[in-house]
Amino acid sequence: MKFGVVVFPGSNCDEDMFYVLSNILKQETVYLWHKDHDLKNCDFIILPGGFSYGDYLRSGAIARFSPLMQEIVEFAAKGGFVFGVCNGFQVLCEAGLVPGALMHNTERKFLCKNVFITPVSKTALITSEIPSGKALKIPIAHGEGNYYADEKTLKELEANDQILFKYCDSNGAITPESNPNGSLANIAGVCNRGKNVFGMMPHPERAADVNLGNTDGLFLFNSLLSLVEGKV
Amino acid sequence: MKFKAEIDVMPLKALLDPQGKAVTKSMVNVGLPEIGNVRIGKHITLEIEAPDEKTAKIKVEEACKKLLANQIMEFYEFKIEPLS
Repeated sequence: MKFGVVVFPGSNCDEDMFYVLSNILKQETVYLWHKDHDLKNCDFIILPGGFSYGDYLRSGAIARFSPLMQEIVEFAAKGGFVFGVCNGFQVLCEAGLVPGALMHNTERKFLCKNVFITPVSKTALITSEIPSGKALKIPIAHGEGNYYADEKTLKELEANDQILFKYCDSNGAITPESNPNGSLANIAGVCNRGKNVFGMMPHPERAADVNLGNTDGLFLFNSLLSLVEGKV
Repeated sequence: MKFKAEIDVMPLKALLDPQGKAVTKSMVNVGLPEIGNVRIGKHITLEIEAPDEKTAKIKVEEACKKLLANQIMEFYEFKIEPLS
């Protein structure tokens, strides 16, 4: 398995993601520069967190038109795996690779703290190995993480089992109080209909090293690895 | 011919605009309690080289749909005038 971590001007979680993939998961990992057209034969493309293009206009709105993104759109259309975290999720939404949009948090604050999320989709690679009802402690760090989609889209997401994670409390209960940013139906992450493009606001790469005192993010990476390895 | 477009990009009317809500609340503090329902968006100006106004309008529509507004959460309005 070869992972490619995309670097946009303003990406700032690219090195954390690279470290987790290469040093902790022991996977071949390379950086991919946004101005290139070369995906370097990667099996899995990661769009990391940060502030691509300074979040100008809207988060992710300009990054989606970078040369490499045109290749990633084609790669995804052929069934290639793509995973966007935080700003990477915003880029995926802007590119139309996953449904919905990310608005300003309802309280307008930039939120940087641990939250709990629980897996919802039973059929998406990224959640399928996480025990149902489990509450994972994963940090968020965003100003625009308020997930929104219209009613019709929400119904489709539910009908096709495309909701990856919902914000919950420490016991796994999905409550209004555990929703940090006003996201529709507590949604923290979704995938596309083909279930090969995944996006989420919380940062699993910040919760994957035992030295940092929290390895809940590894549930997600391991789930993704073991299932993807069978397909690549 | 050169045209100038003035574009307003606003949050969809049905969606909460937290920025507008915060500003609405502060109207009381500046002694203007009669002001309500503040909504905040973006005002964008740009110039277009086009043979006529109709073509310029088509180009602005395209810019709004492709880049300037995200129609999942925003709507846009614009006016165009020739630059003398």
